[in-house]
Amino acid sequence: MRVQLAINGEKREAEVEPRLLLVHLIRDVFRLTGTHVGCDTTHCGACTVLLDGRPVKSCTIFAVQAHGKELMTVEGLEQDGKLHPVQEGFMQEHGLQCGFCTPGMLMTSYAFLSKNPQPDEDEIRWAISGNLCRCTGYVNIVKAIQYAAARLRQGGA
Amino acid sequence: MMALRTSPEIGGMGHSVKRKEDPRFIRGKGTYVDDIQLAGMLYLDIVRSPFAHAKIKKIDASKALAIPGVLAVITGQDLAKYNLHGMPTLMSDTQMVLPVEKVMYQAQEVAAVLAKERYIAADGVEAVEVEYEPLPVVVDPKKALEPSAPVLRTDKKDKKDNHIWHWEWGDRAATDRAFREAEVTVKEDIYIPRIHVASIETCGCVAHFDKVMGKLTVWMTTQAPHAIRTVFALVAGHVGLAEHKIRIVSPDIGGGFGGKVPVYPGYVIAVAAAVLTGAPVKWIEDRMENLQADSFARDYHITAELAATKNGTLTALRIKTIADHGYTDAAANPSKFPAGLFHICTGSYDFKAAHVEVDGVYTNKPPGGIAYRCSFRVTEAVHTIERMADLMAHQLGMDPAEFRLKNFIKPEQFPYKSALGWEYDSGNYAAALRKAMDKIGYAELQREQAEKRKRGELMGIGISSFTEIVGAGPSKHFDILGLKMFDSAEIRIHPTGKVIARFGTRSQGQGHETTYAQIIAEELGIPVADIQVEEGDTDTAPYGLGTYASRSTPTAGAAGAMAARKIRDKARKIAAHLLEAAEEDLVWEPGKFSVKGAPNRLKTIQEIAFAAYTNHPPGMEAGLEAVSYYDPPNLTYPFGSYICVVDIDKGTGEVKVRRFVAVDDCGNIINPMIVEGQIHGGLTMGLAPALYEEISYDENGNIQGGSFMDYLLPTAVETPKWETDKTCTPSPHHPLGAKGVGESATVGAPAAIANAVVDALWHLGVRHIDIPITPAKVWKLLREHGVTE
Ligand code: FES
Ligand code: FES
Repeated sequence: MRVQLAINGEKREAEVEPRLLLVHLIRDVFRLTGTHVGCDTTHCGACTVLLDGRPVKSCTIFAVQAHGKELMTVEGLEQDGKLHPVQEGFMQEHGLQCGFCTPGMLMTSYAFLSKNPQPDEDEIRWAISGNLCRCTGYVNIVKAIQYAAARLRQGGA
Repeated sequence: MMALRTSPEIGGMGHSVKRKEDPRFIRGKGTYVDDIQLAGMLYLDIVRSPFAHAKIKKIDASKALAIPGVLAVITGQDLAKYNLHGMPTLMSDTQMVLPVEKVMYQAQEVAAVLAKERYIAADGVEAVEVEYEPLPVVVDPKKALEPSAPVLRTDKKDKKDNHIWHWEWGDRAATDRAFREAEVTVKEDIYIPRIHVASIETCGCVAHFDKVMGKLTVWMTTQAPHAIRTVFALVAGHVGLAEHKIRIVSPDIGGGFGGKVPVYPGYVIAVAAAVLTGAPVKWIEDRMENLQADSFARDYHITAELAATKNGTLTALRIKTIADHGYTDAAANPSKFPAGLFHICTGSYDFKAAHVEVDGVYTNKPPGGIAYRCSFRVTEAVHTIERMADLMAHQLGMDPAEFRLKNFIKPEQFPYKSALGWEYDSGNYAAALRKAMDKIGYAELQREQAEKRKRGELMGIGISSFTEIVGAGPSKHFDILGLKMFDSAEIRIHPTGKVIARFGTRSQGQGHETTYAQIIAEELGIPVADIQVEEGDTDTAPYGLGTYASRSTPTAGAAGAMAARKIRDKARKIAAHLLEAAEEDLVWEPGKFSVKGAPNRLKTIQEIAFAAYTNHPPGMEAGLEAVSYYDPPNLTYPFGSYICVVDIDKGTGEVKVRRFVAVDDCGNIINPMIVEGQIHGGLTMGLAPALYEEISYDENGNIQGGSFMDYLLPTAVETPKWETDKTCTPSPHHPLGAKGVGESATVGAPAAIANAVVDALWHLGVRHIDIPITPAKVWKLLREHGVTE
């Protein structure tokens, strides 16, 4: 089957098996390897991308379901060589260690902050509860998201 | 706290330098194993056993081979032709790569399918037909020791039981005497369950054999690339793989925590397939394979006893343990220590006598006890002693903090020789505990608890004052498969004063690229920004034993400092030549040599570097570089005191960690930001086994908890807001006074949580609860003790 979609603003298409998972289309076909696989059962969130602006776990969606849609991956966060405030936040607040969960965390945070620009800590913790991190203990991820929220409110993006 | 010696621009020790590795990770530009794609690459997937113990009667691959794109189905018989169907374990037992006769645990590798695409390989796995004849299953190690138990290792001639080894340490007679004479004793059975590290990246590799060059390159998820290369050469030398023709690359690693030390069958099969086909072969395990078949951690059945005087002075410790090793002894331990460092079980206390016994046992479970973010069974040791300390304090009616303060090894006793023979380097345990008590408001909490108890509410306060033992290790005692445990650093200064430094370790998220650069910056005064750190490629890095057991800073970090000091010695000679001064008249401060009494007559390290290639003293070799293979004189002993406050819901049995204060002492700190991050992560990995994680088996050996559906990892919602603080007691023998910190929190935290829960329930008659302390367990206990909502 033929899928056509826009990834990070760029039109792409590919001939795929109907059963191909979106995450494998992104990683193996389009070679955007920032999106990771950690569990293939929708539990870890490492594969989170935005489909028409909504965070989805790309290990649980078929590539063909993304047909005609706008897809955003971690590679799309940086604009014109400028890091997005969520990226800056993770770096400033030491919100990552091995970096494997990080792309998924960034995508979830990005989508969350666009809906809730002034979150409190509990809201942040709930927002990222579908993304597992085995390294950081979350404290600094929460701080990173708070940092990004503050920057975005000042018109950082 | 240590005074800073370098400016923020240089960024040596003590600066919270932002991590050099982050820019690639936050852009999705890291390179993890599954990101590697080579032309013509084939995919390997694995057929696994549904039975925990069964004879393999027949493997029929015909349906799989009929699938277009499936190239081969590899069985144990195929590998046996090359004598690669088995391999030695880290403890010199034997482990199957693929079985030729029978399977020994559920999810064991039975055959492998090689195909052109990932999905076709999976189709092939579905289509392989295996005929099994189930055999009796042994899952309980205590039952495995009964004379009536079936003997599992039928491959071992003359093996008549399932006992692997007996190991004991300490003075049995003196310990028994102390117990006979004791005024007060306590005894408890403590089970520390089987768990998994579950790093978010699973394991995998890409193996590529260049037939023309005869060179094998394997990109793999490994914490110890050099050791792996040597093992590959030793095991596969007979098929023509010599060490200089093997390159192991450990690229970016998505968390290791000990689980990426062992060699898993998947790696070996992929390498064999790559060598046989000449095509690159990728094998990536999925999460269920990771949880069900990769090396487990813990699984210690412990009976512990403490003896003390009426007034609360500890006198003796006695421990007996049954260690469930699964079907083969593949534990990750230095080979001289069958039970690893479990004999650090005297912890932070001054015992006159101690004796410990451990028996290793075979069962129908996966092999390979690894140390989940700890060094070789230290977590088991710490959990035991810290649970027992609480039990004794409560038994004596003493406050657990007061009891600990009374029994701690005193600062003036260091270096301290423990009853079990370890030489602790330095410590001030009381200072850490007092700081934690102040920070959490201990006295106030106790008042609150008394009031709540009157109202029938359940609140507990738990302490854990642990001593870790890290930095494996001095080569006189430590090895991995016989390879001595030093670690290494190689530093080269280029003419313009920029640096490339390579290390024998491999970061899995610990931030080595930054920390090691800071060590070099501290020693040479070259800015962190000018120092490129590389690890994980055996073609370029010096030989080292890798990253686990919190050994990177204690061993490789020290090697970095020592190599830098060698460079500084040469730099001094060059500076003397340039300044036309005597060497002893030069004064070093980070970044420059100046002439004593004439501070303006100076040469910067950058000028010296340039001269090393352009104007070096006659008779001296050009260049400015050095290597160090650092063999530590002793292990290091970081420590800490953790205090945890829990509230228990009487209706559901749920434990809520309301507060958790962690005071750590890891000696001098290289990057405070990174250290704090390590502690946060470690605490979360201590919370997890305390309350959530467990892999258990039913009596047929079926795995319970083999996916993230039922193997619970804490999310941001369950994880408390960790509160951290520190004291600083430098290690006297480490060149930087550092001790290592990566696993302290994982080791120390579970006991604090368990102690808090038991403290909340002690007045009801509860004396001990095995971790994980699930709501169901607590709920049941509450009902048994007559508590209703
Ligand atoms: S890989 Fe998709 S949620 Fe884990
Ligand atoms: S940084 Fe390693 S899993 Fe989150």
